Amino acid sequence: MLNPISLAFKNAKKEKRPALLTYTVAGDSSKKQSLEILKAISNYADILEVGVPHNTPVADGGQIQTSAYRAIKNGIRMNDIFKIVSDFKKSKNSKPVIFMGYYNMIFQYGENNFLKNCKKSGVNGLIVVDLPWPENKIFLKKCKKNSINFIQLLSPTTSGKRLKSITKDSHDMIYYISMLSTTGGKLKVSPKKILYNYNKIKKINPKKNCVIGFGITEKNISNFKNTDGLVVGSQICKEITRSLNNRQNPVINVSKVVSKLRKKIS
Amino acid sequence: MKLKKGIPVIDQGDKLGFWGGKFGGNFVPETLKKPIEDLEIQFNKLKNNKKFLKERDKYFKNWIGTPTRFIKLNNLTKQVGGAQIWSKVVSDANGGAHKIYNATVHCLLAKRSGKKVIIGDTGAGYAGKMLSMAAKKFGLKCKIFMGAKDIKRQQPNVKAMKKNDAEVIPVYSGSQTLVDAVSECMRYWVANCDTTAMCVGSTVGPAIFVRICGWSTSQISRELKVQLMNEFGDIPKKLKLYNCVGGGSSSFGFWNEFMDYDKKQVEFIGVEAGGPTKSKRHAAPLTYGSKIGILHGAAQYVNQNSDGQIEETESISAGLDYPGISPLHCFLKDTKRARYTAASDEEALKAYQIVTKYENLRPSLEPSHAFSVAIKEAKKLSKDTIIIINSCGDAYKDRGILEKKLGKKYVKSN
Repeated sequence: MLNPISLAFKNAKKEKRPALLTYTVAGDSSKKQSLEILKAISNYADILEVGVPHNTPVADGGQIQTSAYRAIKNGIRMNDIFKIVSDFKKSKNSKPVIFMGYYNMIFQYGENNFLKNCKKSGVNGLIVVDLPWPENKIFLKKCKKNSINFIQLLSPTTSGKRLKSITKDSHDMIYYISMLSTTGGKLKVSPKKILYNYNKIKKINPKKNCVIGFGITEKNISNFKNTDGLVVGSQICKEITRSLNNRQNPVINVSKVVSKLRKKIS
Repeated sequence: MKLKKGIPVIDQGDKLGFWGGKFGGNFVPETLKKPIEDLEIQFNKLKNNKKFLKERDKYFKNWIGTPTRFIKLNNLTKQVGGAQIWSKVVSDANGGAHKIYNATVHCLLAKRSGKKVIIGDTGAGYAGKMLSMAAKKFGLKCKIFMGAKDIKRQQPNVKAMKKNDAEVIPVYSGSQTLVDAVSECMRYWVANCDTTAMCVGSTVGPAIFVRICGWSTSQISRELKVQLMNEFGDIPKKLKLYNCVGGGSSSFGFWNEFMDYDKKQVEFIGVEAGGPTKSKRHAAPLTYGSKIGILHGAAQYVNQNSDGQIEETESISAGLDYPGISPLHCFLKDTKRARYTAASDEEALKAYQIVTKYENLRPSLEPSHAFSVAIKEAKKLSKDTIIIINSCGDAYKDRGILEKKLGKKYVKSN
């Protein structure tokens, strides 16, 4: 049986489109609201990345930082985040969930305990921004044992040799960082160049589902229709901030954005 | 966990960059793996390269001005009673603090690798000031990340950076202090590592930055060793080295050459920032038993909540106001080579008053923390004990704070 993440890619492929992955921060702007946002956007997204907010994020740009600081300020704790996921998983439209965060949160929770709770609440995969290869080798094995996808990151600075080793040490999904940037930067590289690198990765192992993230927005997403999947994060976080500033309902506004994104790649 | 003899501590990490198997490492985004590896290869080659060492020594001597003075504080010794109190006046160095050594080495490395821009973080503003000086000297463009709160409280150094043509970028996130400045600087590097070199301002960050900084500041103890031989004919039988510890760059450099001596002969005392007396938001993770966590790419003792969110600190001295601590110091603590304690804001201020009253020396608020503990302990020690405090910064940058806390009479015009 395919795991839920691979199944989501398979289903998108059947519809001849890339899978749409969204990123929102757990607890932004409140526990309740972030759950509602997940429920609303899962009508259009295939896989939901749930950001575990951290207060010294070294790879996040302004939009996601704003969301993360807002969530932390509103008192979000690790156990609340697990609860959000398990509540979401009970909803009828539930989709695969991937946690994205920084290693210290896992380290403090205890790797084994963390994975146990991931399993219990229904988390399907993990992206740990600051646990690169080969540092992640041991944790990677633990994830596999618990049937949780550990998603390796690749970047334009990753050497050819590393690309091969990392791809080999990855599970079903890998994540290509489009350019040298923190999250939410303006796309400063041509889609052609990004796709060139993407194809290089696909050639190493065509079976791995490779998604592209960082800098992907409504404006440029249609350039990447022939890929396995695309991640949009900062644009969504920005929409939450904008809605709050204008005293509008972020749930409605964000789901409009995600629906539009989906249309652009369908 | 054991400290090895005969091998520099900066080279005692394992393959993945961990000291004692658990401090340090490289917890960085994938994008930074390549530039970090490049820097490692470059540094490992150059640190034993005679031509490079000659070049370094030339700039250290002619531009930074080595050696800095090693002086006896006669009046203070008499006043306190007990051990002989000496000071290594590292604030003599060009720019007024030890940060110049690391900044110079990073600029030399950046220049050799063909980078045109160098970026750095700063708390008290010294690391930034020195980087801006060195960048100007070596023809590099310079950007300094500094917490908005620190910009306000360390204006003299901000002005100096601007005078050296550096761009000072205020950081408004989080506590708006050093911790956020380092994060922002690393983020900038993630986005620009192909054209830009990064200098981490202390012995913190991914392992290579810890090593380069420790290697650079070790100039302090190299000089001191010679000065001790000249003064006493030998390394004294009872020697105690007091140093403030924020990130830990000056203390590590002050101690490095004496690492292999028995601690009964050469004792290291690190003084962390205890913060205001009534505050719990101290910046003293070693003294108050913080748990190991990951901060800015390295595993270390760090102030954090049970979830792993980094906690804000509070200290009168911007240079010590950091929730974490160098992996090197975690290693020295757990191997029991060094002893760590803390001084409060009030104690540091009091020490500043005492030192300036009796001596023609103006330690900044950072080394005033070390003076506080040293003065207290000196009383109980025998006359043949030599205690040395690293006066690693000059109080000129603190004049605003000193004026506010102590009144105008404590601030000499400069």
